[in-house]
Amino acid sequence: MSVSRRAEARAERELRRETLIEASAELGLVALNGPADPEPSLVLEGGRVVELDGRPEAAFDVIDRFVAAHGIDPGAAAEAAALADGEIARRLVDVDVPREALVRLSAGLTPARLARIAAMLDPVELMFALKKLRARRRPANQAHVTNRKESPALLAADAAEAAARGFAEIETTVGVARYAPLNAIAILAGSQVGRPGVLTQCSVEERRNLQLGIQGLTAYSETLSVYGTEPCFVDGDDTPWSKAFLASAYASRGIKVRFTSGAGSEALMGHAQGCSMLYLEARCLCAVRAAGSQGVQNGGISTVALALALPGGTRAILAENLIAAWLDLEVASGNDAIASHSPIRKTAKLMGQFLPGTDFVTSGYSVMPRYDNMFGGGNYDSDDLDEWLTIQRDWQVDAGIEPLSEEEAVAVRERAARAVQAVFAELEFPEITDEEVALAVTARDSRDLPDRDRAADVAAGDRVLDEGIGGVDVALALDRAGFTDVAEAILGLQRLRVAADTLQTAAIVGPGWAVESAVNDPNDYRGPGSGYRLEGERWKLLRALPHEVDPATLALQDRSGEPKLVVRGEAGAGTQPDEVVIAIGPAFLDRLRETIGGLPHEAVLTAIADGVRAEGARPRIVRVLRSSDVAFIGHDGAALSGSGIAVGLQSKGTAVIHRADLQPLDNLELFGMAPLLTLESYRAIGRNAAAYALAQPVGPVPVELDNFARAKLIVKTTLLHAAETEEIDPGARPLELALELA
Amino acid sequence: MPAFDPRTDYPLGARRPDLVRTPSGLSLGELDLAALRTGRIGSADLRATGETLRRQAEIAAAAGRPQLADSLGRAAELASVPDDVILAVYTALRPRRSTADELDAWAERLEHEHAAPGVAAFVREARVAYAERGLLSHAPTGARR
Repeated sequence: MSVSRRAEARAERELRRETLIEASAELGLVALNGPADPEPSLVLEGGRVVELDGRPEAAFDVIDRFVAAHGIDPGAAAEAAALADGEIARRLVDVDVPREALVRLSAGLTPARLARIAAMLDPVELMFALKKLRARRRPANQAHVTNRKESPALLAADAAEAAARGFAEIETTVGVARYAPLNAIAILAGSQVGRPGVLTQCSVEERRNLQLGIQGLTAYSETLSVYGTEPCFVDGDDTPWSKAFLASAYASRGIKVRFTSGAGSEALMGHAQGCSMLYLEARCLCAVRAAGSQGVQNGGISTVALALALPGGTRAILAENLIAAWLDLEVASGNDAIASHSPIRKTAKLMGQFLPGTDFVTSGYSVMPRYDNMFGGGNYDSDDLDEWLTIQRDWQVDAGIEPLSEEEAVAVRERAARAVQAVFAELEFPEITDEEVALAVTARDSRDLPDRDRAADVAAGDRVLDEGIGGVDVALALDRAGFTDVAEAILGLQRLRVAADTLQTAAIVGPGWAVESAVNDPNDYRGPGSGYRLEGERWKLLRALPHEVDPATLALQDRSGEPKLVVRGEAGAGTQPDEVVIAIGPAFLDRLRETIGGLPHEAVLTAIADGVRAEGARPRIVRVLRSSDVAFIGHDGAALSGSGIAVGLQSKGTAVIHRADLQPLDNLELFGMAPLLTLESYRAIGRNAAAYALAQPVGPVPVELDNFARAKLIVKTTLLHAAETEEIDPGARPLELALELA
Repeated sequence: MPAFDPRTDYPLGARRPDLVRTPSGLSLGELDLAALRTGRIGSADLRATGETLRRQAEIAAAAGRPQLADSLGRAAELASVPDDVILAVYTALRPRRSTADELDAWAERLEHEHAAPGVAAFVREARVAYAERGLLSHAPTGARR
């Protein structure tokens, strides 16, 4: 078989590193609507669930039991039983059915029914329903901060930058478990330099994780993984009861808790029991709510690429985010693990969460290069920040990241690295050198930093646990070292635990330590004009990107020096048959002095005139004042030309060869790619115009084509054209000019 | 001061600081850096009381979140339970860690030594489910490695 070179080029694309497969339901490799998914059913006797999704009580596994005991509301079940699936699906996208009514109804739906109804929605319906059902009014975002060397200075600097960029939560983890306390301390201190009130966590094994929280070194935890089948749950060394107990344990210490689940984990663990990813995720989510978690991170998470290998995978992941929101859970909606090698494909997937807005649009945006992401994450990383900010600006959507000038970024990074240096010194941990601090401020990644004494570091980590060094000790250390405001902020985080307000659904901490959650800041979207909209001061903040340019500077040209064109009077009709008119626009070599490609007007004019002469014709310069359009400039020039041939020339450099008997918008040759024209191009244009005038055979001037030139230069083109247009004098006759060279 | 109203008094820290106390009886206003420097407060003070967590449970219930309210209710009971007991109960609830008797013993201790009847009931519920699903250990913890 012959293969086209186009197919070969496609085969080399990043996308093709991925394996796409047809669904294979028996292995759980089916995104939604699996053939073996149970028929939804719900039977209650005296308020007790005796059948769930086709399974009688005697055959309930731990998840069924737990959901039956804690997850079903009999009143809502009766309400839901009276409604057809299609009617409930319709209500999800009916702007007049309020969120509360849908949440109430969800308590009467079984996992199979939730999955089936969610799967009835198309992508745009899913997005709309998600927008309506998000718990908190304002979307937010979570950052990942890790590095391969576990450098505390770099962790602190990255945490500070993340906080200053507006992330509401920052999550770290470890390469080596014994580093956990030090990493937790580094991002705790760093984050509070960037913005007081940012919540932090260190994702490690459950017991160690809880210990860090108890010591006040972390403020939240999302390590509580759940699975949609009993064997997976048990392989994860937990049960719904142990997880629910753990959630209460965290809460008892004032620590915010979020569970974790996601499509594909059961198939990957080999225990999908032939069911679809969406159905199993619905089971997870029902268990999460039944356990009393305020929220969940879901949407594929670490197994997102497996869901995306399947037909409908992206849709299924959005559907699982929707079910979580429908169940009234805070949703941190994935987009953390790498979903695809293809920037196009992963961003297409991202839009499902980005546009509706979720409580946390990502479960971890890598604020450092993905090289240093220890979560296997980095779907979006530090290199992508400008794109993220620009897409927010394009759609006028708040996806939780704020612009930050490089000056501010460097300042907070430096201070954070200094702060953690001071903490280490005060607590007699291994020294953080000035060199490490300096490199942490400007590093690309941890390869730029020196190696540390890892044995000494982990021994210090052990000391944190053995001696019970906690958040208050970090605050005191910072206070002694003169970082009083950072000490205050860490004490502020400890104070949050006393009131425990961050335990309510979707809580984050806003300016002035104001706790915003679904209780006091609930999503109140009820159609156009309602709900959270990116407007006012926040819109001003998010749209003012550091790389934005002041349009006034773009059309500014050096206008020093007198114009070198001398007006000889009104231009009359030419009589010489070998004459070629060079017709210039109203601003040429006057208000404007160079083309969009940076060629001086004088040189351009000289090049065209030289080309005309070289071919044996005579150039004559005329300024057209009534139009800035290259076609009319050229055509007006042609009407004055003794040969009937003219070159029309705009100030931005666009040129045309015109003939008097053609319609104005017709032409002999048009040179629209002004940025690519060189002086040699203009000479060739002059030669060709002369050849037309002298009735010689003409081969068109070869022109370069760059389809990106428009995207790159369209703003400048518009501004230069606007400047030319402002110089129009509508009633003015063309002027005869002479170029006087210095 | 008006009575606590779970529908309007959230956030407690901002709206009803008068109701919030540390385990040692200090108010939020007393938890400042000066107090930390002089050792007047320490990490033991920077925790929620069972009463505060019960109020948060009521707030969750009033917001239509019965399961979160239940979880916060258990948290309220656990507020005064020592860390090592909490970690031990968590371990005991993991799959195949405990016999039925061991779970019952934990439930007894939680109920009678720690005044945590809700958590005790939860442990008993787990014991029944674990027995049905083969998630109990058959040898007492002391007899295993």
